[in-house]
Amino acid sequence: MTGVPPGEPMTVTAGPAGTAAACAAEARGVAEPPPKGGHGEAGLLLQVRGLSTDFAMKKGTVHAVIDVSFSVREGEVLAIVGESGSGKSVAALSVLGLLQPPGRCVAGEVLYKGRDLLKLPKGEMRDIRGNHISMIFQEPMTSLNPVFTIEDQLTESIRLHLKLDRRAAVKRAVEMLRLVGIPSPEKRIKDYPHQMSGGMRQRVMTAMALSCDPDLLIADEPTTALDVTIQAQILALISDLRDKIGMAVILITHDLGVVAETADRVIVMYCGQVVEEATTEQLFERPLHPYTLGLLRSIPTMEDTEATEPLYMIRGMVPNPLHLPRGCAFAPRCDRRRARCAAEQPALIEVEGRKLRCFLFEPGCNQAATALSPESAQAGGAVRRADSEVAP
Amino acid sequence: MLKFIIKRVLMVIPVMIGVSIIVFSLMRVFSPDPAPIVLGQHATQEAITTWRMANGLDKPVVVQYLTYLWGALQGDLGVSYFSKASVAKEIGARFPATIELAIAAIIFASIFGILLGVVAAVKKNSIFDAAGSLIALVGVSIPIFWLGILLIMFFSGFLHLLPSGGRINVLLEPARVTGFYMVDAVIAGDWAALKDALLHLVLPSLALGMYSMAIITRMTRSSMLESLGQEYVRTARAKGLREIKVVGKHALRNSLIPVTTVIGLQFGALLGGALLTESVFSWPGIGKFTVDSILKSDFPVVQGIVLLVALIFVTVNLVADLVYAYLDPRIKYASKKEG
Ligand SMILES: Nc1ncnc2c1ncn2[C@@H]1O[C@H](COP(=O)(O)OP(=O)(O)OP(=O)(O)O)[C@@H](O)[C@H]1O
Ligand code: SF4
Ligand SMILES: [Mg+2]
Repeated sequence: MTGVPPGEPMTVTAGPAGTAAACAAEARGVAEPPPKGGHGEAGLLLQVRGLSTDFAMKKGTVHAVIDVSFSVREGEVLAIVGESGSGKSVAALSVLGLLQPPGRCVAGEVLYKGRDLLKLPKGEMRDIRGNHISMIFQEPMTSLNPVFTIEDQLTESIRLHLKLDRRAAVKRAVEMLRLVGIPSPEKRIKDYPHQMSGGMRQRVMTAMALSCDPDLLIADEPTTALDVTIQAQILALISDLRDKIGMAVILITHDLGVVAETADRVIVMYCGQVVEEATTEQLFERPLHPYTLGLLRSIPTMEDTEATEPLYMIRGMVPNPLHLPRGCAFAPRCDRRRARCAAEQPALIEVEGRKLRCFLFEPGCNQAATALSPESAQAGGAVRRADSEVAP
Repeated sequence: MLKFIIKRVLMVIPVMIGVSIIVFSLMRVFSPDPAPIVLGQHATQEAITTWRMANGLDKPVVVQYLTYLWGALQGDLGVSYFSKASVAKEIGARFPATIELAIAAIIFASIFGILLGVVAAVKKNSIFDAAGSLIALVGVSIPIFWLGILLIMFFSGFLHLLPSGGRINVLLEPARVTGFYMVDAVIAGDWAALKDALLHLVLPSLALGMYSMAIITRMTRSSMLESLGQEYVRTARAKGLREIKVVGKHALRNSLIPVTTVIGLQFGALLGGALLTESVFSWPGIGKFTVDSILKSDFPVVQGIVLLVALIFVTVNLVADLVYAYLDPRIKYASKKEG
């Protein structure tokens, strides 16, 4: 981990753990696609292509997810990061078909093992949910039904998908609770959600999501509502189970420290669009998109906590989703904005095996050349150099 | 749980004492002297005095009340001034009819109210929702007697489908055990009587339950809409459950919590509405008897009826609370912690 840019993400827990994660990522051979699995092409589990989701409101239409594409390979951890309101949850809900009106997928496809989930008949979609793909939600306190016992809620999907009788389902539920680290699960399974703490509830949600051995787990900020130690426990748990069961994970978060530790690949979302996609290593070593850079620089580091200098913040605010800028959505806040940015939408282009949505990296743009030149391994520096060139 | 029940049952005592004091004093302040009514206008002063003494009305009111209370505690509610029969017997003869009607009405109101409310919420802004809202609006605004007359005109006058009044064809009346025809008919195994009694119940319970149904529909719709927006409903869907289970189990169970309270309160209100319904459908219940007894200053009868109605009201609310605690485990827990 030498040559880390100034805006490097090594936060509270980062130091050795981050290194370990990076090594683990290497060991798993994330850079190349893993060997061909049982289904789909090249072990591709989920392929989202051109997904767009709208909310038709009285005041206008919110384009919450715009032309989003990504794929998840078997056993891979894909992180989706971005500020609040960038469309992470909506994208996840769209994949599972859990949007409620006025939300609606207006374009794209969600290919799971080659089948488009958006076109699947209801019955088949129900078989996917909770069985093949399961989800942990952002809100542990309210995601469990207050009037049913944990046993009732946990055995429901086990009985449905694994076709077990009540006895066997309860047995499995207890095992799952033990797996997620709930002490004396035989007793706690009789509890109602209000008798458990937030951390315990999120464990129950995790147990529920994992109970049918899904191929893909979507974890939507599984830890934001929890305190730091419990956050770490839940994340460790998910990573651990990922290794044990071999499932793929889509980890939604705005905590880049978490990304560094757990993810193989990252997509960065802004205002409903993917603005950058890269492997975790690439992203932290050389963040390219100005927004990603801003995100990384706004993380407190060990040195910062002692320094008197105020923490960097991306200036301005996330634009009103009803009135997105005409050109690049990030333009009003971007330090490297150029005339073209406010007028035109940049396309998502491939650069060195990663994807970027920014004019700076379009072929023929000399800024991109500078940023990508081999000697500018320190992307922060590269960007700053580019800045001085662009400045009027 | 047991502690909670005992606490609630003990609370009934002060309520009942309060109610009895109020009705006791109201009757004596506002009702005309019963003696001339019982003995006739031409009764001699002597006869009146004798009658008053015989019925304890010559004593101070406080003494009268305490005597009454002492009797009531032992189950003796006194005798009617007019029929000389015991109040318990007089009420017992008529009350089951009213209760039967009220129960039928609340069952009708609950089943259809919850059903309409759920459909309206699930199909929000659809034609079903609009129809539900219309029914609810009509239900709260239409007066019982008017609705009753309409129902009679249409279903018995025009269609000749249902009887226009009464409780049962007298020839079919089952042997009296409980006074509830449904129960008595079943005990006697008399299905013809059961059917006839049921047919007689349809229109009056519809008329009586319509208002409550409207209220229950509204309550169910709004609480159902709230539950349907909750995260746990999304969790249920994410498990791959069928929509019927998502709605009928996860959302409905939560929505029923506030609805039970409303049903409990409505049952109390129904006893009041029964009065009107009974007169429209010539239902031989307590309603007309109450009015007559008030007009005739039959103190013991009126007191007995009021106490009984109060007791029922309190009991129904206790039951509603217990159901509420059953539906909402958080309540159970709280009472456990307190106890
Ligand atoms: N039910 C809804 N009705 C209308 N708009 C919605 C709804 N849900 C989400 N949106 C819009 O979609 C956009 C993306 O929301 P989303 O919840 O996906 O953000 P997020 O990236 O998950 O943010 P957070 O980090 O806060 O969870 C928001 O701008 C919001 O305005
Ligand atoms: S396209 Fe322009 S405004 Fe958008 S991120 Fe790139 S440089 Fe900034
Ligand atoms: Mg979210």
